[in-house]
Amino acid sequence: MSDLTDLYQAVILDHNKRPRNRGKLPQATRVASGDNPTCGDNCTVYLKMEGEKIGEISFEGSGCAISQASASLMTTQLQGKTLAEAESEFDEFKNIVTTGEEPADFSEVAAFAGVHAFPARIKCATLSWHAAIDALNKPDQPVEN
Amino acid sequence: MSSDFSNLRVDFPVLDQHVGGHPLVYLDNAATTHKPRAVIDAVARFYERDNSNVHRGLHALSMRATDGYEAARARTARFINAADSAEIVFTSGTTASVNLVAQGWARDNLKSGDVVLCTEMEHHSNMVPWQIVCQQTGATLKYIPVLGEDAEGGLDMEALDQLLTEQVKLVAFTHISNTLGTINPAAEICAKARAVGALTMVDGAQSAGHEDVDVQAMGCDFYAFSGHKMAAPTGIGVLYGRRELLDHMSPWQGGGGMISVVRYDASEWKPAPERFEAGTPNVADAVGMHAAMDYLDSVGRPKIGQHEAELAALAYDRLSELPGIRLLGPRSGEPRAGLVSFAFADVHAHDVVTFADQDGVALRGGHHCNQPLMHKLGLPSTTRASFYLYNTPEDVDALVTSMRRILNFFGAG
Repeated sequence: MSDLTDLYQAVILDHNKRPRNRGKLPQATRVASGDNPTCGDNCTVYLKMEGEKIGEISFEGSGCAISQASASLMTTQLQGKTLAEAESEFDEFKNIVTTGEEPADFSEVAAFAGVHAFPARIKCATLSWHAAIDALNKPDQPVEN
Repeated sequence: MSSDFSNLRVDFPVLDQHVGGHPLVYLDNAATTHKPRAVIDAVARFYERDNSNVHRGLHALSMRATDGYEAARARTARFINAADSAEIVFTSGTTASVNLVAQGWARDNLKSGDVVLCTEMEHHSNMVPWQIVCQQTGATLKYIPVLGEDAEGGLDMEALDQLLTEQVKLVAFTHISNTLGTINPAAEICAKARAVGALTMVDGAQSAGHEDVDVQAMGCDFYAFSGHKMAAPTGIGVLYGRRELLDHMSPWQGGGGMISVVRYDASEWKPAPERFEAGTPNVADAVGMHAAMDYLDSVGRPKIGQHEAELAALAYDRLSELPGIRLLGPRSGEPRAGLVSFAFADVHAHDVVTFADQDGVALRGGHHCNQPLMHKLGLPSTTRASFYLYNTPEDVDALVTSMRRILNFFGAG
C-alpha cells in the first residue's frame, strides 16, 4: 500500500476531486490538444496570452486521477510564465515523474514523484504538459470555443 | 462450481506466484489466457527433438515437423468440426485471419454499391480491415446497432432485418463480445445473411476454447480465432473458410510454400490452405495449439463455458451492489459469457486497474479495442474482469474486495 499512497498523494487526490482552472477559456488566444490512444485519455489546454506570458490558462479533458490532477496542477504552475519558463518547469516535472527525485525547492509538483514507480502512468502525468507547450508554441489567434 | 475446477490451477505454472504480496488473481483472460504445463512442454519438446522446417523436407526431422504441423491442422478441423483439414489456414491470430479475408476475398469481390455489415460491438480487428477494404473498393460499411443504454439489449435483430438487403455481400460479426460479454445468435445471423446471398465472417476470438464450436452447424463462411486466448501460445491463430471459397481467393502474401509453379514473369498458386501460408509457418506454436485443444477437451469445453459464465454472473451480481457502478452488457439472469465490464462514476478505469494490481488482481482498463462503442455509451473507458477455467469464486471475492478498497480510498464508497 505504501507505493499506492505515494502514487495517489493527498495533493493528487485533491486536484483530481477539485480540479483548478477546468473548462473552456473565454477569449482564449491559443489552444492545443493531446491524447493517449492506448488508454483514451485526452486533454485540451486553452491559453490567453498577455504579451509573452500566460495571462490565463485552463484545461478540459477526461482521464485517470493522475492525468486530471496533473493537468489541474499544471495550470496553477504555468500561470504568468513565458514559453522558456514553461519549458524549464516541464523539464523539472519530467525529471520528477521519471526519476522520483523531488525538487530542491518546495513545490506541490513533488507529489508526482511517486509516479516514477509506475512507468505505465508517466504518460498520464505528462499529457497536459505536452498540450500546454504545444499551445505556447502557436501564434496568437482567436479560438472558437 | 469450484470443486472440479480449483484443481486445474496447478496445471498453469504462471499462476503460482505473488503480485504485490498477494497470490495472483488473473482476471485478464479476454486479453490472453495462461498456458498449461502440457502446452509449454509440447512446445519445448518440439524444439528439443523435432525442430525443422516443414514441407519438401526429406530428412527425419523435417518429416516429423511436417507431421506435427499437419496433425495440428487436422486437430483444429476436428476442434471446430470443419468438413476438411484444407479449410484450416494457420495465421498469426484473429487479426491476421480477418485481414486475410478482407484482402483475399473482399478486395476482389466488392464494388461500389455493395455493403459490408458489421456490428457496433466489434473489436477494432473486425472493423478496421473492413474500413480499409471499403475504401479500396468503394463499398459501404454499415453497422448493426447495439440496444440499451448499457448495451444490455444485444444486437438489434430487427435493424439487421432492415439492413440485410441484396446489396449486402458480407456480414462480419463477433460471436462473443470482448467488451460486453454478449453472446450473439451466430447461427441465426448466418442464416439471415445466407438468405440474401451474403457471406459471413465470424470473429471467434472469445468463443473458440470456451464452448463447443461447430462451424457447419453455425453455417458461417469464415470463422477466425487466436490460439493465445484459449491456452495455446501467442503468434498462432486460425482462419476457417469453406473450401470452395478459399480455393477461389487470391493469395494475401506471396513467397515460398504457397506456389506450385514459379516463372520469372508469373506464378501459379497452390490450393488452400498452403496458398495462404507463404513463408516458414509457426510450426512450434501450431504444435502447442494442438496440445491446448487436447487439454481443453480433456476438461470439456461445455463445462469450461458454464464455469466461466457462472463466475461472470456471480461477479456481475456482487459488483452491482457497489455504489456508483455501471455494468455493461446483459443484465443479471440473462445469458452472459465469462466476462464483466464496468465503470465507476468517480474513479477512472486506469486508477482501478493500478489499485487492483497492488492487491494481486490483474484486470484490464481502457476501451478494449472498441472506441466507437465506448463513445456511443458515453464512457471514456471501462474496467473488465474476464474469467477462464482456472478461476474460482474466491477470485470473485478478491475482485469485489479490491473494488471496495479503491472506492473507500477515493472517498467514493
